[in-house]
Amino acid sequence: MTMQPKYAIEGSTGTWEVVVGLEVHAQVISNAKLFSGAATAFGAEPNSQVSFVDAAFPGMLPVINAECVAQAVRTGLGLNARINTVSRFDRKNYFYADLPSGYQISQFEHPIVGTGEVEVELADGSTKVIGITRLHLEQDAGKSIHDQHPTKTLIDLNRSGVALMEIVSEPDIRSPEEAGAYLRKLRSILRYLGTCDGNMEEGSMRADVNVSVRKHGEPYRTRCEVKNVNSIRFVMQAVEAEAARQVEVWESGGTVMQETRLFDSGRGITRSMRSKEDAHDYRYFPDPDLLPLVLEEDWIASLKAALPELPDAKRARFIQSYGLSPYDAAVLVAEKATADFYETVAKGRDPKIAANWVTGDFFAAVNRLGRSIEDPPVTAAALGGLLDLMADNTINGRIAKDVFEAMVETGKDAATIVDEKGLRQVTDTGAIDEAVDRILAANPDKVEEYRSGKDKLFGFFVGQTMNAMAGKGNPGLINETLKRHLAAQKE
Amino acid sequence: MSLDHATVRRIASLARIRVEEHEVEPLRNELNGILGWIEQLNEVDVTGIAPLTGATNMAMAMRADVVTDGGYADKVLSNAPERIGDFYVVPKVVE
Repeated sequence: MTMQPKYAIEGSTGTWEVVVGLEVHAQVISNAKLFSGAATAFGAEPNSQVSFVDAAFPGMLPVINAECVAQAVRTGLGLNARINTVSRFDRKNYFYADLPSGYQISQFEHPIVGTGEVEVELADGSTKVIGITRLHLEQDAGKSIHDQHPTKTLIDLNRSGVALMEIVSEPDIRSPEEAGAYLRKLRSILRYLGTCDGNMEEGSMRADVNVSVRKHGEPYRTRCEVKNVNSIRFVMQAVEAEAARQVEVWESGGTVMQETRLFDSGRGITRSMRSKEDAHDYRYFPDPDLLPLVLEEDWIASLKAALPELPDAKRARFIQSYGLSPYDAAVLVAEKATADFYETVAKGRDPKIAANWVTGDFFAAVNRLGRSIEDPPVTAAALGGLLDLMADNTINGRIAKDVFEAMVETGKDAATIVDEKGLRQVTDTGAIDEAVDRILAANPDKVEEYRSGKDKLFGFFVGQTMNAMAGKGNPGLINETLKRHLAAQKE
Repeated sequence: MSLDHATVRRIASLARIRVEEHEVEPLRNELNGILGWIEQLNEVDVTGIAPLTGATNMAMAMRADVVTDGGYADKVLSNAPERIGDFYVVPKVVE
């Protein structure tokens, strides 16, 4: 395989490589919180989903939610990672108004999931493996609202105590594109597993972006952490902006200081969070309220046996059993709902034609109308019905596009539209003969040119004949008839 | 291990505890006394002994994923220094 030109920053002192590691906070899908029985649903009335444990009332003790543990194990398995049968919870101490206990229960030294890996697909068709350092379980904090009062901050603890998985990557990422591909792949895996909804707008997935730069072959230089970036696009922009800033600092003779920064999406720059200077001094210690978390091998095996088919496996199957291109397969498996939609359309039909329609006209209609795969403009069954009409020669491919648009517009099925509009393909050779004769008679000059060797004009005759038949002619028969008639005229 | 003046100040600031200047030296002596006492544990040879994370040799009990708690904002907010609607209210803290 040839090496593609890599992402690099050209500075005044030479070429700089970008080194990125991501810490992704993924909210676990569960009914109740990690250590309390309060609900996790998004958008509830303030402080209505808060137990005394979440509000850190004195004497309240945490009890772990088995499903949150199972979700972390499933995610670990989906990331091809080692599951640690013994892990432990620690207190991460910091002072903030939306953290009532003054510490977050997290896992520091002994996380539930160890090293793993994720394979990402890049735009040039190559793949790259990004290492996973660890995954650990921790509590989310409450929510501070700063814009409702001129001098006060409002606190809602509904999110306090909701389970998060912090998924830490190795510093294997070398470009904004790779950072985006990694996040998309991670989100896809989490959604397939049903362990996190991956909804970045609602904050159920957020990323801390660690960025440093170096000259080729050097050891790592000092990194900065860009906190709490909440969209894939912003993560990519933050990598670009922060790397460019660091190159400028180094090249102007300065030193990059390890610090926490914020990404200002409006201005496309990162800026220092001076208030976080002490933030890394968390004084971790084992949480004395919690015993070690011990997992049975049998339980892990039962979770593994129940895992769904994941994107990589599905993609391989789509390539092998449907004969799809790696690109089409990757597009179709990115979201589980899309893959399911495609398989419904492809079942018992030509899988490549099905893929072309789903990724072509169907996706175009979804985007144009602002719909989604969950709320499609045409159902998978209806699209399949349209494909059936092409397969049995009731309509040709050109008419099918018009029928599809009519289906989008009216919600009627393909067969009804074809009947109502009289779009049935004309396979009557007499009618085709007649149309061809008419076209050739009307264009004697073009026939002359064709005869003197301008073969390209054949397409013109096909188009004209098809138009004359209102697009309903069988393309194969038109080709055949034209060839016969033109050959006859040549003699 | 011995704590210096600056470290005591730093620990106090991280814990958001106000310590007057004249209190630092006595606090430093007390903390160093505690640390010295704990350091005696280093004299025990623990080669080959697994770390102990609790006083009992038990694994953690787990709870089913069922909503059993919450729905009492008034009780939760009973100790709030100030409230607006069902929100806690604190002095503005913003980056």
